[in-house]
Amino acid sequence: MFESIDALERAFRDELYVAERGLSTSTFLALKLGRPLFLEGEAGVGKTEVAKVLARALRTELIRLQCYEGLDVHQAVYEWNYSRQMLHVRLLEARGDAPKEADLFGPDFLLERPLLRAIRARGPAPPVLLVDEVDRSDEEFEAFLLEVLSDFQVTIPEIGTVRAERPPVVVVTSNRTRDVHDALKRRCLYHWIDYPSLESELAIVMAKLPDAPERLARQVTAFVQELRRAELYKRPGVAETLDWAAALLALDRRALDATVVDETLGVILKYQDDLQRVRGPFARAIHDRVQAAT
Amino acid sequence: MTDLASNLLLFGRVLRGLGLDVSPGRMRDLVVAVGHVGLARRADFRDAARCLLVHRHEDVPLFEAAFEAFWRKPAEGSTHLDLSALGEKRRFRRPRFAAPSASATASADEGPSSPSPAPVLVPVLSPSAQEVLRHKDFAEMSAEELAEVQAFVRKAAQGADAYPTRRRRPGRRPFIDVRRTLRRSQRHGGEVLTWARLERRKKPRPLVVLADISGSMERYTRVLLLFMYGLAERGAAPVEAFVFGTRLTRITRQLRGRDPERALRDVSHAVPDWSGGTRIGESFHAFNFDWGRRVLGRRPLVLVVSDGWERGDPSLLAEEAARLRRSCHRLVWLNPLLGAPDYEPLAQGMKAALRHVDDFRPVHNLASLEDLGRHLATLRGGRASSRPLPSLRSLHA
Repeated sequence: MFESIDALERAFRDELYVAERGLSTSTFLALKLGRPLFLEGEAGVGKTEVAKVLARALRTELIRLQCYEGLDVHQAVYEWNYSRQMLHVRLLEARGDAPKEADLFGPDFLLERPLLRAIRARGPAPPVLLVDEVDRSDEEFEAFLLEVLSDFQVTIPEIGTVRAERPPVVVVTSNRTRDVHDALKRRCLYHWIDYPSLESELAIVMAKLPDAPERLARQVTAFVQELRRAELYKRPGVAETLDWAAALLALDRRALDATVVDETLGVILKYQDDLQRVRGPFARAIHDRVQAAT
Repeated sequence: MTDLASNLLLFGRVLRGLGLDVSPGRMRDLVVAVGHVGLARRADFRDAARCLLVHRHEDVPLFEAAFEAFWRKPAEGSTHLDLSALGEKRRFRRPRFAAPSASATASADEGPSSPSPAPVLVPVLSPSAQEVLRHKDFAEMSAEELAEVQAFVRKAAQGADAYPTRRRRPGRRPFIDVRRTLRRSQRHGGEVLTWARLERRKKPRPLVVLADISGSMERYTRVLLLFMYGLAERGAAPVEAFVFGTRLTRITRQLRGRDPERALRDVSHAVPDWSGGTRIGESFHAFNFDWGRRVLGRRPLVLVVSDGWERGDPSLLAEEAARLRRSCHRLVWLNPLLGAPDYEPLAQGMKAALRHVDDFRPVHNLASLEDLGRHLATLRGGRASSRPLPSLRSLHA
């Protein structure tokens, strides 16, 4: 555990994650108060990464639950291993024994899904539970999650109630494809991750791609920062900046030029409307400004 | 510390007064949090308070402003005064409800995109008095008649078709419930005699309403909002509601209250341009851009209520309507002018948007509203069924 916000910031930086101060403060408090951290923001700003980095920094296991519509208890908490159960029944029959229910629904046949795994974890440190893209799940699951997050216990009819010895560190992320219910967010510490400033983003690119020439990193970052100010349907995230820099690096570019910008624009813009709007004179204008500045 | 604690509590009360959803539990957490974070750095304290007290992105700016005003050195001025000014500013910005002004309507008609004069509505008369009411144009009704209609509409609002979700429940087809099958087999010594089955659970399809509130549309919009209110009230379908004139405003939260009259009043308070001109294309653009990804995720049915009198650029409207249609289940355009027997969509805005609309329907009287309810309930599956543009003549038949 970290004794101060600065310590957490240092640990994150060691794991190549550049966090703005507000995010560090929220994460620090989530750990101190033992509450889930709810991260919201546009796609590609590094929400999921927070959980991964946190697990590495805390030297503990990351347990990930990817949400989707229709996600239910059998996918999120537990399921019985039916094929094994059936096999067991046949085996007993062959030996002339009758199967007992208590045997069939014992720990041998229980398949742990992420939530149960996080609750039953017995490692040296509590695990980090990542509930990713909770906005993709439906209201029913949200209500269930709220229950689990309030007392970290689940009930399996055949076994009984399982309670966490030490509650896991929970990170919930949302892309806001729909509004998540206030009740769930109220239970958590809320932080909105914004696009990083030019300096932070440059630091991220340099940290993640140490091989990239500084001039290229600067130009790519400045270009994306400018592009985010344009009216686009899908603004490029930090993930796109990193992809683009990596792509240019793979093409052996040491600096941006207008042609390569047009050719590789698809790495950062994913909508046809946006591509059409930006490709050509618009991109050239940004490129010229970036060239002049760096 | 007691000083700090009481200040924290006061701060919490100020935030609640500004409309933030601050629970007492979070206030207690904040006191603990301050112990962890310390007060050495003001920004850290602010971040700590924000992550505990705010849980909606749209509330962040209000929180920051309140924080700046509340936690500052007393020497800079009276804190109390600044805070009341903050509330004052908010109240001031809230526009009053204005009756449709003649000038706004007139200027809308003079816009470059509306070359032909607005068609005159012709009410259809029927023998019985009730029938008269059913077929009377909302615009021609007296206040009492309108009240009667509104009460009816609120009760009668019907949801759209149900759509199959990915969640399952015990049923007849098409999945096998292994767990139940196995449990049942225990009764027969482990022999599987019957398969337990699962089917997809169905849910009412979400609705998104984009309602025009420019001068000429106000009456229809009021009735339609009540229709939506009725839907939301009975949980018949999740409803997201937006109104637009020159700007787009989301009114979903306002429609969630108990009392419809109050809801409508709240709406008129929240909307900056009730009964102004109309910029449909720009409003659609704002919707696609700011809200599309947040409310179109479940592929809802989108209802647009507008007469299509566009003051802005018709080509922008066409482009944005096309985009909107690509990301929803079905785009239904409700136009009260369609109730007039000789109406043709000649206004450039309407013409431009019509190519990208799945259904084009009248919504000028009770009968048409009933038809709409029936139509929504019978929609099934994709949009192929009634994709071709309805012939306008056939709609009046």
